[in-house]
Amino acid sequence: MTPPSAGMLGIGIVIFAGLFLTLLTLLYRRYPLSFRNITAFMRTRRAASMVVEEGTRLHVSIGNANLLTPSAASALAGLALIRHLGELTSLSDYPPITTTGSPTINLLAQDTLRTAHEAVATEQTFDLNNGRLTGLTPLSYVAGVMPTIRDEKISTNVLIGNFGPEVGLLTEAADRQRTPILAASDSLPAQAVLYAATQEPLIGEELFAAGAYTQAGPGHAASLLVQDTLRWFIILALIGGALLTIFGEFLP
Amino acid sequence: MRRIFPIINAVIAIGAGLIVLIGYFVDVRGMMEFRLLLFQWAVIVGGVAVLIGIWNLFSVHLQKIRARKRESVYSLVLLFFLLLTLFLVYFPILLQGIVSNDLAQVNTVNSVNAIILDGIIIPVEVSLMAVLAVTLTVATIRMLRARTDLSAMVFLITAFLTLFGIGLRSFFGQIPVISEFAQSQVITNVLAAGGARGILIGVALGTLTTGLRILLGIDRPYGGK
Repeated sequence: MTPPSAGMLGIGIVIFAGLFLTLLTLLYRRYPLSFRNITAFMRTRRAASMVVEEGTRLHVSIGNANLLTPSAASALAGLALIRHLGELTSLSDYPPITTTGSPTINLLAQDTLRTAHEAVATEQTFDLNNGRLTGLTPLSYVAGVMPTIRDEKISTNVLIGNFGPEVGLLTEAADRQRTPILAASDSLPAQAVLYAATQEPLIGEELFAAGAYTQAGPGHAASLLVQDTLRWFIILALIGGALLTIFGEFLP
Repeated sequence: MRRIFPIINAVIAIGAGLIVLIGYFVDVRGMMEFRLLLFQWAVIVGGVAVLIGIWNLFSVHLQKIRARKRESVYSLVLLFFLLLTLFLVYFPILLQGIVSNDLAQVNTVNSVNAIILDGIIIPVEVSLMAVLAVTLTVATIRMLRARTDLSAMVFLITAFLTLFGIGLRSFFGQIPVISEFAQSQVITNVLAAGGARGILIGVALGTLTTGLRILLGIDRPYGGK
């Protein structure tokens, strides 16, 4: 339980964000939102649309977040991306593959792949083994993903979720195959590694913008605006707090 | 039924999510107990998911072996050791009733566990970490060639100064100027902590909106269109 004042503030933020998100989602068709360009997302969309023509495969890895921890949100953002990119690429002779290091997230990934597969109604039968659990510890998970990047005719890699610094091994594996990579993590050490190891790293909350930039739906675009609005509130609160502290020094 | 199931799934997921969220903020009688009950169910489902995950791992590698590709030898090795580990660790428990207080039998299973953990898993993971260290060094050198913008330069200079200033201290002692720079309050408590907080606030806001999208039924990772 949180203290009463913090609890009320928390409820206030959640209710405000929920209402604002609902309103923006409903208004999206009338007032579509536009966002700044993030080259990595544009390149990934282009690469995903080429997968069907080239007869290659898309690989999405969503890290090893446990569904019962806050880091699961990054994996859920990855699942939203799987849903959309899965629909784009399920028509390929080689349907998309997902890899995870978490059994619960793997079940969700398999279900999301199946939903995407059914949405495009291809004649191919759905193979549950396209959603793969590769290991239960961070390093065994990475060790299991590396052969997938090498052996499965992958032309585009998307790594979105909870990774540690070991994500460097995956970027290296993708680099050796000369396949483009979109990588984002909610962990700070992994972001530092990705900054050094990838051409266009995604930093901080850009991870959660993946759905909006791949046109996964109005809800994703709206949630991005809610994030930005809340961020401005936090910035104003921080500046206000700093000013009050400064003036408090001079007041009797 | 194909239409009703997704709706039932959504109602259950949204209901459970709201109960857990409200229970976190408000102390309503009975809510806490129900919330804990939901968590317990989630933990049980998580345990079952591990078993399904291991079956998935087994099934994927069996498929690779059946395909008779050149790389399938690795899958064969993996499956062999997976089954061997299962046999060595769980078979004695099932057969000999280790749940009883027979210390000799408990020690046998523990020593098998220790051999697998200390003799195989930890050394393999440590060697992967060593490979990672080399990989990161190569990635940094490659970054020097690929990106020459200001932020990349600041990143590299800070990384090298911190590495030399703090990392080499155990070999050479304090290196004048560099060690002081790397350990200075401005770098660690102001710039690094400030930047990290900024990124973490962004991640927290993303987490909030992702959760809300699921609570509002906009995202349905549990299936359904």
